[in-house]
Amino acid sequence: MPDSLTRFIFGRLTWESFPFHEPILVATFAVVALGGIALVGVLTYYRVWGYLWREWFTSVDHKKIGIMYMVLGLVMLLRGFSDAIMMRLQQAIAFNGSEGYLPAHHYDQVFTAHGVIMIFFVAMPFVTGLMNFVVPLQIGARDVSFPFLNNFSFWMTVGGAILVMTSLFVGEFARTGWLAYPPLSNIGYSPDVGVDYYIWALQIAGVGTTLSGINLICTIIKMRAPGMTMMRMPVFTWTSLCTNVLIVASFPVLTAVLALLALDRYVGTNFFTNDFGGNPMMYVNLIWIWGHPEVYILILPLFGVYSEVTSTFSGKRLFGYTSMVYATVVITILSYLVWLHHFFTMGSGASVNSFFGITTMIISIPTGAKMFNWLFTMYRGRIRYELPMMWTVAFMLTFVVGGMTGVLLAVPPADFVLHNSLFLVAHFHNVIIGGVLFGLFAAIAYWWPKAFGFRLQPFWGKVSFWCWVVGFWLAFMPLYILGLMGVTRRMRVFDDPSLQIWFQIAAFGALLIALGIAAFLIQIFVSIRNREALADPTGDPWNGRTLEWSTSSPPPEYNFAFTPVVRDNDAWWDMKEHGYKRPLSGFRPIHMPSNTGAGIILAGLSVVTGFALIWYIWWLAALGFVALLATAIGHTFNYHRDFHIPAAEVDQTETARTELLAAQG
Amino acid sequence: MASMAKTAGDEPVFYLKDEHDHAEGGSTMLGFWIYLMSDCLIFAMLFAAYGVLGGNYAAGPAPKDLFDLSLVALNTTMLLLSSITYGFAMLAMNRDRVAATQAWLAVTGLFGLAFLSIELYEFHHMIAEGATPQRSAFLSSFFTLVGTHGLHVTSGIVWMVTLMVQVARKGLIPANRRRLMCLSLFWHFLDIIWIGVFTFVYLMGMLR
Repeated sequence: MPDSLTRFIFGRLTWESFPFHEPILVATFAVVALGGIALVGVLTYYRVWGYLWREWFTSVDHKKIGIMYMVLGLVMLLRGFSDAIMMRLQQAIAFNGSEGYLPAHHYDQVFTAHGVIMIFFVAMPFVTGLMNFVVPLQIGARDVSFPFLNNFSFWMTVGGAILVMTSLFVGEFARTGWLAYPPLSNIGYSPDVGVDYYIWALQIAGVGTTLSGINLICTIIKMRAPGMTMMRMPVFTWTSLCTNVLIVASFPVLTAVLALLALDRYVGTNFFTNDFGGNPMMYVNLIWIWGHPEVYILILPLFGVYSEVTSTFSGKRLFGYTSMVYATVVITILSYLVWLHHFFTMGSGASVNSFFGITTMIISIPTGAKMFNWLFTMYRGRIRYELPMMWTVAFMLTFVVGGMTGVLLAVPPADFVLHNSLFLVAHFHNVIIGGVLFGLFAAIAYWWPKAFGFRLQPFWGKVSFWCWVVGFWLAFMPLYILGLMGVTRRMRVFDDPSLQIWFQIAAFGALLIALGIAAFLIQIFVSIRNREALADPTGDPWNGRTLEWSTSSPPPEYNFAFTPVVRDNDAWWDMKEHGYKRPLSGFRPIHMPSNTGAGIILAGLSVVTGFALIWYIWWLAALGFVALLATAIGHTFNYHRDFHIPAAEVDQTETARTELLAAQG
Repeated sequence: MASMAKTAGDEPVFYLKDEHDHAEGGSTMLGFWIYLMSDCLIFAMLFAAYGVLGGNYAAGPAPKDLFDLSLVALNTTMLLLSSITYGFAMLAMNRDRVAATQAWLAVTGLFGLAFLSIELYEFHHMIAEGATPQRSAFLSSFFTLVGTHGLHVTSGIVWMVTLMVQVARKGLIPANRRRLMCLSLFWHFLDIIWIGVFTFVYLMGMLR
């Protein structure tokens, strides 16, 4: 075949694009391929493809979509953590002339992929999945405002994840660090496909994130049960609302800045180049205008989780509800006024740096108010130290340290010393693991019974808890020390042998975290096996306070047979206190949205288009784009998007639950 | 707990016994409005980029060398007229007049096409003179800002054609009315963005 034809068909994709020469990747690929084939085989053998397609992949049920988001987050957590432990191992052994085991070309991809995956494809799906599952139940709604869009958003996020995973075995990932600063990320210094994978994975996932943000804002504003005024919304719903406002007001910035970087790389424009008037620092500014709100997008929903957990397991109404809401709103606003603290060293001068330093420090005030609210909620409460509460206490102890090192970094002169050091790495892991991840584990333990109808077995959960907490402290406290001594981040080898012991301690910590993840997986496995013994037929295993606990576990697809009427902040608590009786008859047909395969098809076409753009396969990119457009327009010709669940079916479901409850006595 | 209201009887009401279906699409206008605001942010970013880079000519052509205000004025007229005719289409829709709605939509689409043609002519002219997007950061940000607006107008026209087919098939049913309302918001939004482009890029560019 003539060379030009090959180039036309395959773009810059050649045999050399496949990393046969890297034994680590070949072994990984073998494991992934065998595992994948085994999974497909098992699914085919048990004939569950049809079930998965009908009941899950095409589902517009917010609960199922939420669970699928959580599964995506968990799978990607394993990938992101593999990257982490590879880095810890490399840094622990690359002393005294040793080069370690990772070549620079590979190591640089590993730290980039770790950051990108953990933020975009672990934390974001977890947080979005949680909001998706919980918010409609908490506000007494039957689904989100735009159920199809919800399904589409999920699959776009999966599409981005697929592209990142593809880069492991086809070509390479970016070697630029997780925010891909130019000029390094520009075509001159990164001519390979790595940055293109980065750009298109984030663009595709970003569409999903933005749309799901719009969806949840509308849901919270428009779909609340009667009586639920804004100041009667559960705190988790409030923090979700603020998070989604942040998403809608910040992700377009990421979309735009990545589009400009793509133009620089594909068209040869001069936005972020060193010559022809380009300005690389504009990229840094723009991406942090998205990036700082992003960290609050991650943490705010978990602040909501801690609020729900603290008040439930203390058996008390949340202390300072109003101040909690205002603190959340203030954080939402302030998060837009601090972006420059990520690069005080840009040289913007004393006045600008002071402004951003002070706004940053001010954020600690509403955050501190929240901390005291949780403590006062616990004060004189009847605290039950179940798993979610344990995570919450660990969060309070850990997060405060991370918050304080954050305030240290907010002092510009100190930041000039600590910028880009391991102190910074320790700080943001301190708040993201200690805040976001601990909160997610609390949330999973807390809402698992609601999602599946049985509790998680506590023993392995506690093993996981202690491994994670101890592992976290061992893995990251050494990095604070190293950072204070001036060690910069993203180093592959070290000259000073006196530093090695700290990296070894950190590696041991990472190993403990690995055990924590393993224990968590065992916990899920053991709990599923013992689901009969762990079953919770009441739907309210923790003596909860908000509406999601008023329906069965798992909830029926319509969530509530009758729309609840809300009279208090803790609506379900109020119902229990004032003699609520479950309605047993008089059911009506319920109006529900229909499933559709359009979301997964559109996302699949987006992945194909993205892949073609990454590899310069222009004909495929054009074809993919046209197909995308045609499918999207075709979908708008479908006017039949809803159906009614007959009253008899509702009656049947509810009667079954009545019998189950009666059997409990 | 003072806020806890009791109903007329003594029994508190905990759920709605007699509930009606929610009107379909009750959140659509709000959702679309929020989407428009997110789109507005993308334009805000492009305006900001133009604000930062707009003076970086890199020894290449400057706005005064390139812009032809009379052409831009003509272009602006096309877009503003298209907004008025879209308004007429909505008035016709509210009177349930299918044919008039379709006719005004077609006129709107034609004005949109005229706008795009003039814009493409302008781009072609500039590129032929060597003022390409690659020439300087000023031109990169100019082409991106104006081009993104043009792409939005293009997708608006594609959407308009789709809706005309759907109105022809199904008539002015509630779903189609809602869609026409969304496109109306979108179309007027693009007009507002264009006013910004016209002012900040073209008019102020001539003053630089």
